[in-house]
Amino acid sequence: MAEIRLDHLSKRYPNGFEAVKELSLEIAEAELLVLVGPSGCGKTTALRMVAGLEDISAGDLYIGGVRVNDVLEKDRDIAMVFQNYALYPHMTVAQNIAFSLKLARRPKDEIRRRVDETAHLLGLEDFLDRRPKQLSGGQRQRVAMGRAIIREPVAFLMDEPLSNLDAQLRVHMRGEIEALQKRLGVTTLYVTHDQIEAMTMGDRVAVLRSGELQQVGTPTEVYDRPVNLFVAGFMGSPPMNLARATIESANGGLVVRAGSATLPVPAEVARERSLEAWTGRPLVVGIRPEDLEGAREDGAAGGDVKLEVTIDRVEALGASLLGFFTVDAPPAKSEAVAAATGGGLEEVALITREGTPFCATFEPRSAIRVGDRVEVTVDTRHLHFFDPETETALGV
Amino acid sequence: MTTTSAAPPVPVPARRTRRPRARRTAALSFKYVALIFFVILVLTPLYILLVASFKGTAEADPSNAWALPDAWTFDAWRQAWSELRPNLLNTVYLVIPATVISTVIGSLNGFVLSRWRFPGADVVFLFLLFGLFIPYQAVMIPLAQLFAGLDFPTGIPRLAFAHIVYGIPITTLIFRSYYATIPEDLIEAARMDRAGMLRTYWSVVLPLSAPAFVVTAIWQFTSIWNDFLFAVFLVTNPESWPVTVAVNNTAGSLVAEYNLQMSAALLASLPTLVVYILLGRFFIRGLLAGSLKG
Repeated sequence: MAEIRLDHLSKRYPNGFEAVKELSLEIAEAELLVLVGPSGCGKTTALRMVAGLEDISAGDLYIGGVRVNDVLEKDRDIAMVFQNYALYPHMTVAQNIAFSLKLARRPKDEIRRRVDETAHLLGLEDFLDRRPKQLSGGQRQRVAMGRAIIREPVAFLMDEPLSNLDAQLRVHMRGEIEALQKRLGVTTLYVTHDQIEAMTMGDRVAVLRSGELQQVGTPTEVYDRPVNLFVAGFMGSPPMNLARATIESANGGLVVRAGSATLPVPAEVARERSLEAWTGRPLVVGIRPEDLEGAREDGAAGGDVKLEVTIDRVEALGASLLGFFTVDAPPAKSEAVAAATGGGLEEVALITREGTPFCATFEPRSAIRVGDRVEVTVDTRHLHFFDPETETALGV
Repeated sequence: MTTTSAAPPVPVPARRTRRPRARRTAALSFKYVALIFFVILVLTPLYILLVASFKGTAEADPSNAWALPDAWTFDAWRQAWSELRPNLLNTVYLVIPATVISTVIGSLNGFVLSRWRFPGADVVFLFLLFGLFIPYQAVMIPLAQLFAGLDFPTGIPRLAFAHIVYGIPITTLIFRSYYATIPEDLIEAARMDRAGMLRTYWSVVLPLSAPAFVVTAIWQFTSIWNDFLFAVFLVTNPESWPVTVAVNNTAGSLVAEYNLQMSAALLASLPTLVVYILLGRFFIRGLLAGSLKG
């Protein structure tokens, strides 16, 4: 077991394309760090450089304090789980799991013992004689894990290991992998494009965009304090509502005006985000859908400020209800937001009308319908503010 | 059961009117006639070969080539067998090692050119590919001079070596295309499992190569077995002649014993026929495996 340190790691291809730009990260011993970002952001390339499957163009890679740039993949003592499992099709499950030990010329009885242990750990005892073809997706996934575990390597690398599973199994395996990692205490670098996986599994999360590191932190930190518009738009589903707004002073305090909506900004938020300096200037305001709640009948609402809105669209998720409405403020048109959200909200804007679509959460049984006039409460303590030029969060 | 209200009339989609039975039959008949014509065209030489091989020497004459034998006899076959036996053995000694070695080399080449690449692999492959387009005839004289200059062992070893070298481009090409269908991840998984190049080849790639081996082996087997030009050019000692050269020499200079020549030709081509019949299924499957997947 060892910590992994990426020091200004870069990957430049012969055609000049820079897939990873000076990526610096530290993965502590026994930590599970999730590298997350949209497809093509360089996360898999970064992982492959750590694995030794890809040459490092610049920067240094340390595993357990030793620089390993020039160490062959087979001498790095790292195990990897591939997206499509890459099980050897001509070998049985037992042979697949045992392959690395066989190559290491371990004694036969030791191999058998460790295969049995691994199979037991993963619930694969009954499948040891089967070939990968005869297994379900979840079982194959487990065999791929087993192949990594049996090595007792210094670190695990996982490249989207769950993306080939159906939704239900993915949720299940998410928990299994996380529990296994905690139990074995092996340093793990986990790559995914799925921000829910990142949030739920990672001890820490690193968000990557176009090869550049945006933010590293615990899932809560990254979620609650996104450093820029990209992270704000990427982490969270449905994504954060973002619109252009201005800060104005009123009644001895500050208010944020987005279209016809005016929200008072709590004094401590204004202080924390240094909003004073932005008085009269345009900025981008953001609010997460869960901080924008439909007013409850019993009045026990989370938010402190009420807004009246007209519902354009309703999405029932079962446990909650999403209601979309339009704010008559211009959207935070930004490449970063489009990249992060996949342009999803733009489409909503097209089918509604001028303005910015916002999403609020409602109680699952609040029978709201399209066209309804409803009250939503805003939790102004959780407003986010961004510089529209640099796209960075204010007060970070 | 009674119904209180009639169901609204459902418009029946107009069926595509079928072609009249007579016309279909005519089309089908034409197809069969055409196919049978081509079958006859292809089988005619074989028919003449077969009937001539069962005739006596006097009867086997071009003037009555179409006729069935008056008296069926195995004499020509017996004679061909006794004359060709040593040469058939020569061919076996030539074909088996040459096929095995050129196929194995092709497999190794294909592996390092597609799945365990080295800098400049594409250039090397280009040169190998170039070898495919060099006609036999163009290299024969330099080849013979090279062998002579190297004092290379004569006879079957010399011929086998020529076939091995000459077979490398095609065997490499087949294996390289086949290995391109093996997922890269599999190779990388082996690398992560700490397998080196040879280990990855031996334990992961080779066990998955059976279709390519069958295709390449059949290809090499038939082309080496049937080769005449290299053999006649590179092997001077009649005792070392492979069967193709011996068949040619059954044509005497004064009298043409057609029955003997025909039975000799059939005898010489039987093994390749057997190989196709036994492994033909795999051959097609192997060819398709390369083209359909990936």
